[in-house]
Amino acid sequence: MLHRLIFVPARLVQAVPVVLGVTLIVFFMSHLLPGDPALAILGDKATPESVSALRDQLGLDQPIWQQYVHFLSNIVHGDLGTSFTYQRPVTDVVLQAVPVTLTLVALALLLNIVISVPLAGLAAMKPNRTPDLIVRALNMVGQGMPQFWVGIMLILLFGVRLRWFPVGGYGDTPLQHLYYLLLPALTLAIALSPTTIRSLRSSTITVLGSDYVATARSKGLSGLPLFRRHVLRNSGIPTVSIVGVHLANLVGGSIVIEKVFAIPGLGSVMLDAIYARDFPSIQAVTLVVALLVTVASILTDVLYVVMDPRVSLGTGVRV
Amino acid sequence: MIMTETDLHVLEPDPSDRTLLLEINDLRVGLRRGRTETTIVDGVSFDVDPRTRFGIVGESGSGKSMTLRAIAGLLPGGTEVLSGSIRYRGTDLVTAKPSVRRGLMGPEIAMIFQEPMTALNPVRPVGDQIAEGPRRHLGLSKKEGRALALEMMGHTGIPDPVRRVRAYPHELSGGLRQRVMIAMALACRPKLLLCDEPTTALDVTVQHQVLDMLESLCAEVGAALVFVTHDLAVVNKTCSDLAVMYAGRIVESGRTSEVLANPRHPYTRGLLDSAPDFDQPGRALVPIPGLPPSIANRPPGCAFAPRCSRAVAECDSAAPILTTSTDHRTVACFRAEASGSEISA
Amino acid sequence: MTAAAEVKSRFVGRRRARRRSARSLRAWYRNPSLMAGIVVVGALVLVAVLAPVLAPYDPIKQNLPDALQDPSSAHWLGTDRYGRDVLSRLIWGARVDLRIGFLAVLIPFVIGSVIGALAGYFGGWFDAVVMRVVDVFFAFPFLVMVITLVFVLGAGETSIYLAIAIVSWVAYAKIVRGEVLVVKEHDYVTGARLGGLSDRRILFRHITPNVLSQAVIYAMSDIVMDILAIVTLGYLGIGVTPPTAEWGSMILDGQEFLTTHWLQATIPGLVVVVTSLGVSWLGDGLADLMSPEQRR
Repeated sequence: MLHRLIFVPARLVQAVPVVLGVTLIVFFMSHLLPGDPALAILGDKATPESVSALRDQLGLDQPIWQQYVHFLSNIVHGDLGTSFTYQRPVTDVVLQAVPVTLTLVALALLLNIVISVPLAGLAAMKPNRTPDLIVRALNMVGQGMPQFWVGIMLILLFGVRLRWFPVGGYGDTPLQHLYYLLLPALTLAIALSPTTIRSLRSSTITVLGSDYVATARSKGLSGLPLFRRHVLRNSGIPTVSIVGVHLANLVGGSIVIEKVFAIPGLGSVMLDAIYARDFPSIQAVTLVVALLVTVASILTDVLYVVMDPRVSLGTGVRV
Repeated sequence: MIMTETDLHVLEPDPSDRTLLLEINDLRVGLRRGRTETTIVDGVSFDVDPRTRFGIVGESGSGKSMTLRAIAGLLPGGTEVLSGSIRYRGTDLVTAKPSVRRGLMGPEIAMIFQEPMTALNPVRPVGDQIAEGPRRHLGLSKKEGRALALEMMGHTGIPDPVRRVRAYPHELSGGLRQRVMIAMALACRPKLLLCDEPTTALDVTVQHQVLDMLESLCAEVGAALVFVTHDLAVVNKTCSDLAVMYAGRIVESGRTSEVLANPRHPYTRGLLDSAPDFDQPGRALVPIPGLPPSIANRPPGCAFAPRCSRAVAECDSAAPILTTSTDHRTVACFRAEASGSEISA
Repeated sequence: MTAAAEVKSRFVGRRRARRRSARSLRAWYRNPSLMAGIVVVGALVLVAVLAPVLAPYDPIKQNLPDALQDPSSAHWLGTDRYGRDVLSRLIWGARVDLRIGFLAVLIPFVIGSVIGALAGYFGGWFDAVVMRVVDVFFAFPFLVMVITLVFVLGAGETSIYLAIAIVSWVAYAKIVRGEVLVVKEHDYVTGARLGGLSDRRILFRHITPNVLSQAVIYAMSDIVMDILAIVTLGYLGIGVTPPTAEWGSMILDGQEFLTTHWLQATIPGLVVVVTSLGVSWLGDGLADLMSPEQRR
């Protein structure tokens, strides 16, 4: 198994230009701000002294490429500026929020599997019959629902009416964290599931018609054992890359959903920063989110190789 | 039109087991859409005795593979058995409960597919796939399953089984893959082995080795063979009896040696004339003119009539019935080559 | 292919061929998806256009004594915290959300398609650079990028158009580039090139019309995404400035009263779902019309 992961270093090298591009875009965002970036960053109530101090710190009087190099070296040194809403280094604020968001995203991925696999399997078993049509209709509706609204509806049902779950917050112990994250993760999973189900349904239909499933049937297999051993992993392989592409949207959705459920993750940091016009924090969250997505896409590639023995060394091409 | 038991030669008569192994009676397979039926296999009947080897020959689309898949219960989606019966040791597989059927698949009936590359699961080691059936049906532990897989791989002539047991299908050559298929099919020691063109995807040199191995292994396990192929040379080498199928029907059947030496149906004759290097190398090949009829519009009379050089007016109006002659050969043709012209063995 | 599979494929092939010819005979109005899409989207557009006539009340004027009323004959869907009629705000909201949703795709569609076509046709360093840029943009979640850009560019409709344009041109570029790469190898393009036609003529007269259908189909799902983004911006309070009636901000207003007046947050969301469904149907119908052979 390990020898097939030899491509990982090459894949990391491939990610370097992407990461540089990401920093470049984040860097230029401050230059899109109208007027003096330092003033825009510090807000209207800033004193002239602090503005000129920040101008010095950002090196705004230097040529633009020097400013970028300066920005890069700051990033490398873990210095993303000071958040004036929290009065703390932005790096601290962001690093504290990252695990919360990651837990939320991981839980959402798990729930996505729990929702999508049975529904896709049901739909694929008899294409164009009633269960399939229902699943496809749900998919279509699911894709048109604003995520935050789904969250509000879940709060209304499970929080306000049934009182099974808290309407928001994060709790104090790790177990409470999971409990508090369940509804928001479900919201994200519902948003991700139409894409997952669509991909999984069509690949399952292909796999069910394949010769090796006929072989398995000729060995007397059927039902769940057949599905588990000869269908799920095979049809999951193409779905992994589809879900990988949509991981960015999952992370984007979590930013909004954290606001709906008042969860102290990256989304809350970002939106609080927006309301407070705290630009360094906004910039930092945008950067960190993009880096997380880049890492996630590398992990997706690794998972793909682990799942499919046919993917050959380094090239990522199927034999 | 139903062949009698005496039509089929018993290769190794087993006095203790005189019952028929497989008895197919007027089998019709096709698609049903509301009231309309489209038949792909149209009234096929034949019997197979224990430990015999029965070949079904025909072009692609003749219904030979569908017949085989109907026996295995693996008809592709949309197609189904329309009527008739498939009796395995007295049990009608068509009406049997799915659980009964599944119990038979593996320990009693096994199947080998044409293309081992697609018939093996690409993401699971071949050893696991061989052990899977025995573990399920014979209740073997993981360790015993692995041991049996190694043993079967050895029997089928796979070199270095200890290493290859962990290999994935794409890491093996075509010949080895087909050997894995055979090991998998025979792992539960079935009584009936269904083969769907098992050597077509292989090189000619490998073909012979695999066929020899398949034959000796079947004899050892005591499995009867139903062997579907388009290749007359293969059927001549492997099978004691054969049936020739055309457009969903059996047009001729009998002992392999007799049918191939003196075909009575013009289609069988045509197949022989178009097969390369079969009887005498260097002979000019004569292709059969035209194409088989499409399933949806078979001619009302004999399906082969439009391509047949011996056809007369009668052939276009009525379909000939499969009849058994005194020398235990059956043929469905109004213009069958007379039994008198035959140099009988 | 086994004989069985071959038989089956022959059957399916014929059935499909028959269906396809039937479809080409069938006129566009027999396409159920397209029809459903036209009806739903048409009705919504009509409501938006006729908002001044249809809306029973002023969507903005506050009327505090009537605040938070339940549905009644006077206010079919009740009133919000400022006593504004919810139905009237929904109707006026259609103007804002539909207008931005549909207009926002135009700029990225044009820019992305042109860049993608040039990259696919000429290849070389330009193509390499474009594809790297596309990779970089795909690292940013759509919503995060739009939220940040709207913040940076300042609140208001223009910022929303700009932010969406900056983010979503990449998808069109990627789609059109891929299509051009395929079409470029077709005989009629090779023929045109051998015939001495200029690159510009080949690209815009012979290739572009043939690759745009995929971009148009994608644009329909992009409209859904944009509407969802606009509503989300409204919900986060950083989109269209209040008190303009907008569906997302209506949900935000309603969320506060979830325990007592749950309809306030529910109904605007349902309207968004219906709108998205209508546009999706329209997209499916168009896809059916434009490339029947690619659909099951």
